[in-house]
Amino acid sequence: MDLTLMVWRQKSADAPGKLDQYAAKGISREMSFLEMLDVVNEGIVKAGGDPIAFDHDCREGICGTCSQVINGVPHGIEERTTVCQLHMRHFKDGDTIYIEPWHGKAFPVVRDLIVDRSALDRLIQSGGYVSVHTGGVPDANAILIPKGDADTAMDAAECIGCGACVAACPNGSAMLFVAAKVTQLASLPQGRVEASERVRGMIDKMSDEGFGNCSNHYECQAACPKGVKVSFIAKLNREYMKSWF
Amino acid sequence: MILDGKCPSGPLAEKWSRHRNDLKLVNPANKRKYRIIVVGAGLAGASAAASLGELGYNVEAFCSQDSPRRGHSIAAQGGINAAKNYPNDGDSVFRLFHDTIKGGDFRAREANVYRLAEVSNSIIDQCVAQGVPFARDYAGYLDNRSFGGAQVSRTFYARGQTGQQLLLGAYSALSRQQAAGTVRLHPRSEMLDLVVVDGKARGITVRDMVTGEVSSYAADAVCLCTGGYANVFYLSTNAMGSNVTATYRAYKKGAFFANPCYTQIHPTCIPASGDYQSKLTLMSESLRNDGRVWVPKQKSDNRPVSEIPDEERDYYLERKYPSFGNLAPRDIASRSAKEVCDEGQGIGTSGRGVYLDFADSIKRLGQDAIRERYGNLFEMYERITGEDAYKQPMRIYPAPHYTMGGLWVDYNLESNVPGLFVLGEANFSDHGANRLGASALMQGLADGYFVIPYTIANFLARTTPGEVPSEHEEFRKSREEVDALTKRLLSIKGTRTVNEFHRELGRIMWDNVGMARSQQSLERALQRIPELRAEFWEDVQVTGSGAELNQELERAGRVADFLEFGELMARDALQRRESCGGHFREEFQTEDGEARRDDENFSYVAAWESKGVGRNPELHKEPLEFEDVTLAVRSYK
Ligand SMILES: Cc1cc2nc3c(=O)[nH]c(=O)nc-3n(C[C@H](O)[C@H](O)[C@H](O)COP(=O)(O)OP(=O)(O)OC[C@H]3O[C@@H](n4cnc5c(N)ncnc54)[C@H](O)[C@@H]3O)c2cc1C
Ligand code: FES
Repeated sequence: MDLTLMVWRQKSADAPGKLDQYAAKGISREMSFLEMLDVVNEGIVKAGGDPIAFDHDCREGICGTCSQVINGVPHGIEERTTVCQLHMRHFKDGDTIYIEPWHGKAFPVVRDLIVDRSALDRLIQSGGYVSVHTGGVPDANAILIPKGDADTAMDAAECIGCGACVAACPNGSAMLFVAAKVTQLASLPQGRVEASERVRGMIDKMSDEGFGNCSNHYECQAACPKGVKVSFIAKLNREYMKSWF
Repeated sequence: MILDGKCPSGPLAEKWSRHRNDLKLVNPANKRKYRIIVVGAGLAGASAAASLGELGYNVEAFCSQDSPRRGHSIAAQGGINAAKNYPNDGDSVFRLFHDTIKGGDFRAREANVYRLAEVSNSIIDQCVAQGVPFARDYAGYLDNRSFGGAQVSRTFYARGQTGQQLLLGAYSALSRQQAAGTVRLHPRSEMLDLVVVDGKARGITVRDMVTGEVSSYAADAVCLCTGGYANVFYLSTNAMGSNVTATYRAYKKGAFFANPCYTQIHPTCIPASGDYQSKLTLMSESLRNDGRVWVPKQKSDNRPVSEIPDEERDYYLERKYPSFGNLAPRDIASRSAKEVCDEGQGIGTSGRGVYLDFADSIKRLGQDAIRERYGNLFEMYERITGEDAYKQPMRIYPAPHYTMGGLWVDYNLESNVPGLFVLGEANFSDHGANRLGASALMQGLADGYFVIPYTIANFLARTTPGEVPSEHEEFRKSREEVDALTKRLLSIKGTRTVNEFHRELGRIMWDNVGMARSQQSLERALQRIPELRAEFWEDVQVTGSGAELNQELERAGRVADFLEFGELMARDALQRRESCGGHFREEFQTEDGEARRDDENFSYVAAWESKGVGRNPELHKEPLEFEDVTLAVRSYK
């Protein structure tokens, strides 16, 4: 099939950006979205131009590196699918596709479709861990964990840190991201000990980094490629209240 | 040169604890004076950087991704082994050791492998303490599953994303150290050279992948944790950014490269669908617990699955290996798939595929139980192929996946270049000629959490901190070399893209140095690779400049290294005139097509010393001695 792409091009953080048009010709249905971009890029390079820069690594939907807003939706319209797992059979001949970088004050553009997401790392540094040293820990079965709690922790731990939730949120909030980490660790006895400091540290950091607040749009859940649920935000709020008592 | 692995003496089970007692320590007050560089932030790098930071060393960590949470290890699916024996099914440290040595076809060092098995239990304890949500049963205990090459259930897992959860555990420990100020992390930074001063590793040269700035960092020791080189095949299950550059450039600076021909082809991947294919997706080996592998008995049988009755199906793994069946080790399962496809029994349009069928398990356990175990894998399969594996069997085919070879290290994980340590998949140490499933995660974390903190101290205790400053002449030279290479790549302005060269190299490697190799195919590769390399340096097109974010330039540098490294692989495969593990030489097989090892002549580690591009490297050998296992034909029948 033949497609028209409208792609955000921006040389660097301070350079102005704009949408440029490209033709993607002879695209097969089996290709992934990024493979389609590879084909377009090969053409650009052969013509001596600068290929479209985009972030990607695993191409398996697990590293959270790929990050593109496709036709206005982070990761595109397919549910629970990262850009790298999106396949061209979901498009049709003649389509025009708009491709832009993640939006959000906390995610400045680095180049073209690549943004700086280091704010998410700084959120984790503000408490998203258990303060355990290497060595000197009890046997793994010494503390039993009810299956339900372990499953909740795992559901929350599915987060791949791609930032789609922030990009989708009209307020640019990182609530779902923080909620996932807080819920994972608060559900486990190992993480309970520091639960109060963790939730307060992470919430404070969130506003320092320029992330907005949550006003219940639930766009984050819709955009999350791993199906992380907004119910964790309720859990986050409970944990936050609890931390003051 | 005969290499010495420096394995400690004494009984196998006591070697590591005795050795630890002999290792020198660094005074706590002095630790912060030592600067350690850690390159790569997969499991090995993240766990090492975090543990060394915690001990109080001054750590500079580098990774090519925008965040260490995205290291390639994140993609591991199936699980991590440990000798806990929680299921009471007869496991022990010795048995894990023995399975691993045997799985590696007796081409690994006994002492290293034993230590790996010994620390495996601590890894699970550590990860649980960090909040890794491993699978549990209804009583709240940890759950285990089986993996290929073992008859016990010793694999711990977190749904189908164990690597992700382990890496996030290590990343959280690393984040904690970043907050504490002991680790300084440099994301989007690619190491492009190792700086060696007077024979010792003293630092690295790095390109900032955003600004293009090239700078050097001096340190008292350098740890390379930069993963494997399976992308030499172009198509592999590895992340797109995985490459050989760090280890290969260290090799060019004097570090020996060991057993480069030992590569693992994973039996269960989604078959390639076209030329544009950029990578192959693994379907976790754990699926073989409940899936049965088969092809039609008839050649070129195009009937839909539902029309092929059971007696017309060849469950070839169950037939050939009755005691291990579908859980036969990877090298054997891959080669068997190739054989049946070579025979014309392969499925799909290309005929390069076999079925992995869950119908029986679904009948026996119900769809919910299968979904609980592998739900996300089935989803992934459907997302890529558009097919529902609950209703029809998966189509799978082998793909390059893991590389057992790597930089040569001694028992302390130190290379032959003093001060250069190599951890995880980047070294060659523990898996011999074939790695068992769920053992790479174990090794990465063993190296990073439980080995390097001890062995590096022993090195540092004999080193004056900050002996060589980054103003040293060698650092300037190294930067000039890196700049010159960038200029050269940008000046060619040819007609073919980097990707085209990589794809072509991959084809040469897969056809000639892939699942089966022969003298003839290897000689062909040794002729074709230098030709292709020459074409690359005449005709590659790399656009843009060096002083900006330039992904083409990044790839060009990596492919340039693969174009030299491929030759080293072929050379190593050619000298190893035996079949062992993942290295199958067609000339050396038994009558029923099994690998024929030659212990008399090839029971050694082949470590290569670079003599410069286009000149033959020199082969050094480390003899392998076995005190506690008896070398046997590796039978899974
Ligand atoms: C799809 C898949 C599934 C797997 N499943 C399992 C499993 O279930 N169980 C198991 O035990 N093993 C599994 N493995 C193998 C295992 O994941 C790897 O062997 C292991 O994670 C390697 O860890 P590492 O830390 O040594 O290297 P990596 O995780 O590869 O980390 C190295 C990092 O260094 C970076 N790097 C490389 N060069 C440079 C440079 N020059 N400068 C800066 N950074 C650099 C790379 O980008 C990479 O992120 C799997 C592998 C794959 C591909
Ligand atoms: S590239 Fe890893 S999630 Fe898309």
